[in-house]
Amino acid sequence: MQAETQSAPHHTAHQAHPDDLGFWRTYVFSIDHKVIGVQYAITALTFLLFGFFLMLMMRWQIARPGEPIPIVGSLLAAVLGDVAANGVMSPDLYNSFGAMHGTIMVFLAIVPLAVGAFGNYLVPIQIGANDMAFPKLNMMSYQLYFLGGVIMLTSFFIPGGAAQAGWTSYSPLATSIPTDGQTFWLIGMVFLITSSLLGSVNIITTIIQLRAPGLTWMRLPFHVWAQFTASFLLLLAFPPLETAGILQLMDKLAGTSFFLPTGLAIGGKLADVSGGGSPLLWQHLFWFLAHPEVYVLILPAMGIIAEVIACNTRKPLWGYRSLVYSALMIGFISFLVWAHHMYLTGMGTKIATFFQTTTMIISIPSVIILTCLLISLWGGSIRFNTPMLFALAFLPMFGIGGLTGLPLGFSASDIHLHDTYYVIGHFHYVVAPGTIFALFAGIYFWFPKITGRHMSEYWGRVHFWGSLLFMNLIFMPMFIQGMAGMLRRMSDGAVQYSELRVEGVTGTLSSTIIGLNQFILWAAAGLLLAQIPFIINFFWSIRHGQKVASDNPWEATTLEWQTPTPPPHGNFLRPPQVYRGPYEYSVPGYPKDFVPQDQPPG
Amino acid sequence: MDIPYTVQPRPDTGVYNAKVGMWLFLASEVMLFGGLFSAYILLRVSAPPDTWPQGWLSVPLGTLNTLILALSAITTLMAWAACKARMFDRYKVYQGVTLLLALVFLSIKAYEYRDKLTHYTVTLKDGRIADGHLVSRDDTTVVLDGQFVESRAHLMNPKRHPAKHEEIRISMDEVKRLQNYGPAYNTFTALYFTMSGLHALHILGGMLVFAYLWGPGSRMWKTDPARFTNRVEIAGLFWHFVDLVWIFLFPVLYLT
Amino acid sequence: MSDLKPEAFADYARRCWLVFGAVACTTFLMVGASYAPIGNRTVVIGLVLAAAVVNAGLVGAFLMHLLSERKTIYTVLAFTAVFFVGLMGLSIWAQFDHPKF
Ligand code: HEM
Ligand SMILES: [Cu+2]
Repeated sequence: MQAETQSAPHHTAHQAHPDDLGFWRTYVFSIDHKVIGVQYAITALTFLLFGFFLMLMMRWQIARPGEPIPIVGSLLAAVLGDVAANGVMSPDLYNSFGAMHGTIMVFLAIVPLAVGAFGNYLVPIQIGANDMAFPKLNMMSYQLYFLGGVIMLTSFFIPGGAAQAGWTSYSPLATSIPTDGQTFWLIGMVFLITSSLLGSVNIITTIIQLRAPGLTWMRLPFHVWAQFTASFLLLLAFPPLETAGILQLMDKLAGTSFFLPTGLAIGGKLADVSGGGSPLLWQHLFWFLAHPEVYVLILPAMGIIAEVIACNTRKPLWGYRSLVYSALMIGFISFLVWAHHMYLTGMGTKIATFFQTTTMIISIPSVIILTCLLISLWGGSIRFNTPMLFALAFLPMFGIGGLTGLPLGFSASDIHLHDTYYVIGHFHYVVAPGTIFALFAGIYFWFPKITGRHMSEYWGRVHFWGSLLFMNLIFMPMFIQGMAGMLRRMSDGAVQYSELRVEGVTGTLSSTIIGLNQFILWAAAGLLLAQIPFIINFFWSIRHGQKVASDNPWEATTLEWQTPTPPPHGNFLRPPQVYRGPYEYSVPGYPKDFVPQDQPPG
Repeated sequence: MDIPYTVQPRPDTGVYNAKVGMWLFLASEVMLFGGLFSAYILLRVSAPPDTWPQGWLSVPLGTLNTLILALSAITTLMAWAACKARMFDRYKVYQGVTLLLALVFLSIKAYEYRDKLTHYTVTLKDGRIADGHLVSRDDTTVVLDGQFVESRAHLMNPKRHPAKHEEIRISMDEVKRLQNYGPAYNTFTALYFTMSGLHALHILGGMLVFAYLWGPGSRMWKTDPARFTNRVEIAGLFWHFVDLVWIFLFPVLYLT
Repeated sequence: MSDLKPEAFADYARRCWLVFGAVACTTFLMVGASYAPIGNRTVVIGLVLAAAVVNAGLVGAFLMHLLSERKTIYTVLAFTAVFFVGLMGLSIWAQFDHPKF
């Protein structure tokens, strides 16, 4: 078995196979989890780039309010009309772009990439299954996701433009903006949520039911555990947001007042609604999803990092069980911390104490995971290849993101920091140089399995160092701006509260703080440049990259490396049998420094 | 190449795939309705006194519908047991009856909706309030079968302030605001229409599945009866859940 | 589960109708409780909901076979129940803990 899969890539024998189904059923309406995983990856990466472009335009507006956007300004003016007259971004357009940046990044880019792509492609193979438990449902999840994305994109072009009330869509603001963007947003979200629900049902069922013989729970790769937990979060936290979405849709379309309080005035006039609703209800339902959602963003990333680190240190992960239990703990507690996003809503002290306590407790398992991964490096013979570089950078970056969360978790300090750029800095450190770096690590790491070719190491390094540098240059200054009191979501970059506008008043933002906006703009442009090597490397390597020397080019232990390259329909040549844990690297007494999970004892 | 455990249970977990899948889906449904019921309680406890209506919905109709749904739950179960006992004809009967009962449920629901949507409160320019069912309405006059009430608070509890039924003619010129008891009327009607509407959509979904299993889908009985029986069981699980939701919707909307 | 014998089917049917009887009874109990001549509205609501819980319990236990399910299913449902209670309990507690309330 070992010799067979190790000897030579099985390209020719298995590439002919999918052709039996014809083009459409092989690549578009495929029910093969690997094809669906790749579909997710391509779509999500496209959205990631699109969301980044939105933000680049916004950073220009923040740094140089009222100046036409270079290069794309005239295009925007031509396509979107008045909101971008003369290529200048109007405050309305700024709000739309901001709301859609957040929505696209969270719901259309990172989650589909982390769970949709990595979960779909890797989980069945890592557990030795031939596909997901419900292949047709899997195809439907992708299609619903795609449709949700199309609806979101369409909303840019309707009169009044896309949703403007932030990715958090707080009512009554979201409901009372008179354009249809919010309606599109809500309908799009219903599609995306349904897609996530079907996807998570599928992943969980697959892990529970289709594990290969011998693959007991404590032999699962940590990545599988991470996906398992993340899927549970999606499964149980998303429905209340679906509820909230339906209620807000009713407010928008049927004239109900679920989130509209009595006596609501819009534009100085009493609104023509029955009232009696509660704006806080929206926030509860929203954050009941959105806090677990941030762990959906981070758990698969931790899973990927664990795989990359174990393989590239050539030693077992330190504290595998601690990792698993910590992931489960995170999953559980993340349902009970949501109102730390609501300290400033006039919350009572008892409930604030409760949520501060749970918030502090949830940082413990995060720290345990980070510590285990860090200690795993100790004494390893580390291979500094591109995936490993990204994985190593993930550790401190996520560390900064997590530590800066603590002051936000205490209501006393959060009163100062809430809704400032500090919060933006905090969660971007977790998601951008954190999760996105992990996803890059994953792409470089599994690319050879998926395509049979390596991505270029040289350009991978250029990509890595550029990204690491510019990510920090972008997000580090935001902590300073935030602590100085600069609010988020200001279309003029807070100039109106600075000494540039209001002179002689203490407490205004200094011109240094405002000046950081220029700095961040150029750092963001640099980050764009740093992504070009990646994009070219990615497409070029699909056809021209260096061919893999074997089915297991990194000499890894988990099951996905014990398949032909790329894995054929059905994944394994014969049903695998598992004999050992996931990270048997450098086990004494074996000829090689790795023992695949399906290698029989002896 | 086939996916394992689609029919037989996996030995160590004791269940087959679709059953795990359905229970997971139901778990998410619990959270969906959990959000709705939380919204209901939160809005209700924070409503000012005398603004929450009591006894606006017909208890006899609600009770009838509860019993109909309970009965359909039993017939669903019998349909599955008939499959287990290899009595395909019985299966057809029970599944058919389930479908009919579901249809009756929806018809009663539709009748109740119509009743609310034709019930109007008219605020006149002189401040008077008229309330009743719409008889007719054109450009000049609106005719209600109802009464003038002293204040909106009197509308909240028909038991304490029984409604009179007289014909009221109001000229359109006098009307300040004319509003039916639709979702926009107040928080209660909003919750009523949204919650029972979402429930009705679930009923509709269940009916589609049952119709498929009763009609074209039942061909599978010939080729793979064990798998077909599983499908009936899974669809039944969903149906029982929909029943379960109604068991809470009924008291919450009709009785309390 | 193995196949049912026709006699077993009749037996099963009888059990089903018993459950239906019980469900119908609790339904009437629920309605009856709502008319109970008790001044305190909260007590009435409590009684009605208690009857509803019994009713739902019957459906869950017998019709959905929760009396004899597997550990996998119980585990999923136990977590769901905790989060359900968390969502409902904490959001309503937060509402009551509001200084203005
Ligand atoms: C490790 C412990 C963490 C703590 C104690 C923490 C704490 C907080 C708190 C209290 C806020 C609200 C700040 C405010 O609005 O005033 C916040 C915001 C946020 N956090 Fe974290 N966080 C942690 C980890 C994470 C992780 C792992 C992620 C995601 C991958 C994340 C993503 C976010 C996001 C997206 C927001 C912003 C939400 C918004 O738009 O308002 N956080 N964090
Ligand atoms: Cu949070």
